[in-house]
Amino acid sequence: MSVTPHDAARLHVTGAARYIDDIPTPANTLHLAFGLSTVAHGKIASIDLDDVRKADGVAAVLTAEDLPADNDVSPSVHDEPLLAVGTVHYVGQPIFLVVATSHLAARRAAKKGRIAYKELPALLTIDAAMQVDSRFEEPVVWSKGDPDPVLKSIDPDHIIKGSIEIGGQEHFYLEGQAALAFPQENGDMLVHSSTQHPSEIQHKVAAGLGVPFHAVRVETRRMGGGFGGKESQGNALAVSCAVAAKLTGRPCKMRYDRDDDMVITGKRHDFRIDYEVGFSADGKIEALNVTQYTRCGWALDLSIPVADRAMLHADNAYNLPHVRITSHRLKTNTQSATAFRGFGGPQGVVGIERILDHIAYDMRRDPFELRRANLYRNGDTTPYHMEITDSVIQPLMDELAERSDYKARYASIRQEHKDNPGSVLKRGIAMTPVKFGISFTLTHLNQAGALVHIYSDGSVHLNHGGTEMGQGLFTKVAQVAATGFGLPLDRIRITATDTGKVPNTSATAASSGSDLNGMAVKNACDTLKARLAEFLAPLYQTTPDKVSFADGNVTVGSEVLTFEKVASMAYNNRIQLSATGFYATPKIQWDRAAGRGRPFFYFAYGAAVTEVVIDTLSGEYKTLRADVLHDVGKSLNPAIDIGQIEGGYVQGAGWLTTEELVWDDQGRLRTHAPSTYKIPACSDRPKIFNVALFENKNAEDTIYRSKAVGEPPLMLGVSALMALSHAVSGCGDGKTYPDLHAPATPERVLRAVMRQKGLTW
Amino acid sequence: MGIEFLLNGETVRVEVSDPTCTLLDWLRESRNLTGTKEGCNEGDCGACTVMVSDIGPDGIDHRALNACILFLLQLHGKSVRTVEGAAASPEKLHPVQQAMVDHHGSQCGFCTPGIIMSMAAAHATGRTDHDDVLAGNLCRCTGYAPIIRAAQAAEGTEVPDWVVRDAEALKGLKSGGAVAGDDYYIPASADELADWCLKNPDGRLVGGATDLALWVTKGLKSLGPVCFLSGCSGLKDIENTGDGLRIGAAVSLNRLQSAIAGHHPDFAEMIRRYGSVQVRNAATIGGNIANGSPIGDGPPALIALGAKLTLRRGAERREIKLADFFIDYGEQDRQPGEFVESIFIPKQEDRLKCYKLTKRFDQDISAVCGCLNVHLDHGKVTCCSIAFGGMAGIPKHADHAEAALLGQPWTRASIEAAMAALDQDFTPLTDMRASDRYRMNAAKNMLLRYYLEDTEDAPRVLEVAP
Repeated sequence: MSVTPHDAARLHVTGAARYIDDIPTPANTLHLAFGLSTVAHGKIASIDLDDVRKADGVAAVLTAEDLPADNDVSPSVHDEPLLAVGTVHYVGQPIFLVVATSHLAARRAAKKGRIAYKELPALLTIDAAMQVDSRFEEPVVWSKGDPDPVLKSIDPDHIIKGSIEIGGQEHFYLEGQAALAFPQENGDMLVHSSTQHPSEIQHKVAAGLGVPFHAVRVETRRMGGGFGGKESQGNALAVSCAVAAKLTGRPCKMRYDRDDDMVITGKRHDFRIDYEVGFSADGKIEALNVTQYTRCGWALDLSIPVADRAMLHADNAYNLPHVRITSHRLKTNTQSATAFRGFGGPQGVVGIERILDHIAYDMRRDPFELRRANLYRNGDTTPYHMEITDSVIQPLMDELAERSDYKARYASIRQEHKDNPGSVLKRGIAMTPVKFGISFTLTHLNQAGALVHIYSDGSVHLNHGGTEMGQGLFTKVAQVAATGFGLPLDRIRITATDTGKVPNTSATAASSGSDLNGMAVKNACDTLKARLAEFLAPLYQTTPDKVSFADGNVTVGSEVLTFEKVASMAYNNRIQLSATGFYATPKIQWDRAAGRGRPFFYFAYGAAVTEVVIDTLSGEYKTLRADVLHDVGKSLNPAIDIGQIEGGYVQGAGWLTTEELVWDDQGRLRTHAPSTYKIPACSDRPKIFNVALFENKNAEDTIYRSKAVGEPPLMLGVSALMALSHAVSGCGDGKTYPDLHAPATPERVLRAVMRQKGLTW
Repeated sequence: MGIEFLLNGETVRVEVSDPTCTLLDWLRESRNLTGTKEGCNEGDCGACTVMVSDIGPDGIDHRALNACILFLLQLHGKSVRTVEGAAASPEKLHPVQQAMVDHHGSQCGFCTPGIIMSMAAAHATGRTDHDDVLAGNLCRCTGYAPIIRAAQAAEGTEVPDWVVRDAEALKGLKSGGAVAGDDYYIPASADELADWCLKNPDGRLVGGATDLALWVTKGLKSLGPVCFLSGCSGLKDIENTGDGLRIGAAVSLNRLQSAIAGHHPDFAEMIRRYGSVQVRNAATIGGNIANGSPIGDGPPALIALGAKLTLRRGAERREIKLADFFIDYGEQDRQPGEFVESIFIPKQEDRLKCYKLTKRFDQDISAVCGCLNVHLDHGKVTCCSIAFGGMAGIPKHADHAEAALLGQPWTRASIEAAMAALDQDFTPLTDMRASDRYRMNAAKNMLLRYYLEDTEDAPRVLEVAP
């Protein structure tokens, strides 16, 4: 299919695209804000809300006791009260809800609550949680072969132990969390939510109101960015609005101020990854023992599948003959970490890329050559015993090495390191691959529905369960329908996701949006086309297989009719012009507990080469160039796919460089606004940025043989971290591994440089 | 009494009941102009960027500003364009809008209106330094590459008619004379300001509001009586007196950057990284000094240059060294009713280097800001002024380091002695921006870098070509 602009591009650039806070509301609409916990762990001794109630514009103030039904917004195990009961578990936990006549009045009043706490010891770090065994479930261990005897038998010079800290990441969707509820007749509720998961919003709102699912309709036209941060984190706002709307009978809107958003909501899980790896004289990994420590925060949220996916990507693109992966899912008094683009996968990938970097340093080998030697070949099996059959990673990396002139550039930088050991600026270069598993690992989520109407004027109305968060899903799916009917794209109107049109949907997550919904829409279109063919063929003395749809026309045998004409004819002949579609991903089945089977339908591949320069006096650095080659199968829309790749790279590089979350020793997040939390700005993108699509088509039967593209490119940014490691390594004598942790802030880089030089920090 | 300004070409008159009402809230809540977005409510993301035009000292001036930290009252006598008013005509998009569509510059679209307005303001003035123009507009989706492609594609295209129409219409606005409300005042001259300050010794002066607005949007405070300097002539002058530059307190960082570039290019380069275009277009150098930030960026450079401050109370003026203005954290040498009127930078050979250390190059508050001004004669240090921000509760001289260098030969050994002396000058803090050790190590290395830049080829990472 072809390049077309984002379906809402014209609305975006004129300011006409509507987000939740832009929806016109009646004058009597009320606005909500939470009163938040100021301690990381404590019993609530008393709550005095008199000043809140007396504040200007306040219509109501609710605590847990005032909620009409279920007090829970967890997406998993019912462990996340909307409003705290008895105990608070992190700084920023909502305790009470203010309902007021304006957003500002609600925020002002929310500051006036007086809560007394009996403080309890707070567990803030991985170490603290490990010490007291604070965890959500027993450690999960998966293995293939047995690394222990192999490690014992290997030459100790070929064994490396190490550890890397990997910080979390704030989503920083530009549109903060928001919801708007309109009470309807008969106790029903209409909720507009900025969510990746309208069905879950529907379910949590229904539970919060104590009504069946059919009494709640949730609509999502678009989000101003999601990145996983709106998979479960919108529940609290939607339920609050619905509850307040029920109690007051008035429309209720809630949007978090940015600082509240960052303090309240979960982020990417931070990890520590310990490793012991043994390798052969030619640098091939023979045995690996890797332990992943995952800081999950105070509630479970989606941490189990996140930690699983980290384990499922502990191999990235490398064959590990003997491997054991141990995962600790730790409970701490911090925000409940949540989904974030890659969903644990990126942390797993950083772990193994760090190991490869460490081995290459130790063996004084070109890390690219070492990585290449360890790549999967088709027929190899993953640590979870799935056979690799669709790998293109080796030709992809070779092509990228060629395109980026990697070898010459690496050699030149190595030479610089040797020739000018004392130079103030040091360059570094690294290539890293990505192999990312596509499918929800909770297998039943891999299903989708669609609803397609053809109106009697031949215009098409399209709906499906996926949500639009900027990734271009609506455009791609509209292209699928346009291709199916042979219509120009402007004949297809794609409409807001609506639980009343397509029910029981999965979150738009796991990169699955176009795979699942594209197929469901194609299924609906195929149904309608078959129905029209059945109707038309006898009218023109031909058979249904002689009916085709192209260029706005329907060809029936030798007759050519306009699509409009066909729609009108079908209507007049009482042919149903509406159809649902459905899709369930085939072939996937696995045993999570055993860590065995086929969790993924297929893999998406890619690689990036990044070159950086560091200042050895300050630790400052700049990305000079990045070259990317990425596998999206047969692209549904190359412009949209390249947009995902460019954006993913920059977001991944930001995670591992400047995006530092800092909590103080009281568990307060100190980086709760863009003034202190630094996502990449315009000039941080690579100065030279070459992005190309790898010529491929999906080996599996996906929508037009395309591949998912949402998450995989984020991991291309890992090359930036490894390039920094290479630059730092140029400051020393080759005996001290740079040991850079993530994010590699300028401070961490300077510290690593000083360590290389043997200087006191 | 009320204020008058142009909104998307139409004259509007507004009675402002709350002087701390921001332009963003007013646009969205009172005018239903919801194209302008709230992303952070503190001027750091640019989603609320609008274009404000007025007739300034140098003629018509088009500026991108953050509407979230711009008080409505600051618009008096100006013209504001929002994204809804950006198109060339109802049928024809602005060239930057069309380029953003053509080059796939929007994904989620939430940052897009702000990006459009930053691009439109730059387009109106012919700027093509897109990385700087857009440094204050965060985008989380695209990685910026397609946005830059769009900006490049729109270079040199026709400026929409409304740019000229607005400039003409501005002349018809009621201008001149102070505007007074119940608890606000917009003086038209420094004398009126001086009177107001005498009568309101506890009143707040609002320069660009880039800091003070956060007291409202984040601190949820009311400001009491406020006085807006946005219409105050005299305070916006930049004068070359022959023996130096006199900069009015209400001169924006943006204008200071231009004015200083020919004298101290490295100061100008540091200002390029001060906030963003939107922040520099609003923030004033007087505000940068008077708010007493321990970092400030402007003050360390000005202290290193030996700048002097003119403080005015009624008709009385006094001049002090800028370094003496900062007494302690949160405490400045300013009497009730007194205000900063101007800053004087003495003429001198340019030996100034400024080092602004941040996690992110653009639009980030310094962890450490080091400004060095070392003068030599026959290989010896004859005059040495070194000031740091971020190393103490106030921006201040590194007295011991200066003493270690003064009169010494300009050698690596001397600079290393000065580096060691920094330990006696400062005991920096650890916070979310940097640890104490990083601050100290990096500050020492700034001295070394100054020496290396002076004696050999020591480029900065921002100067490295790929």
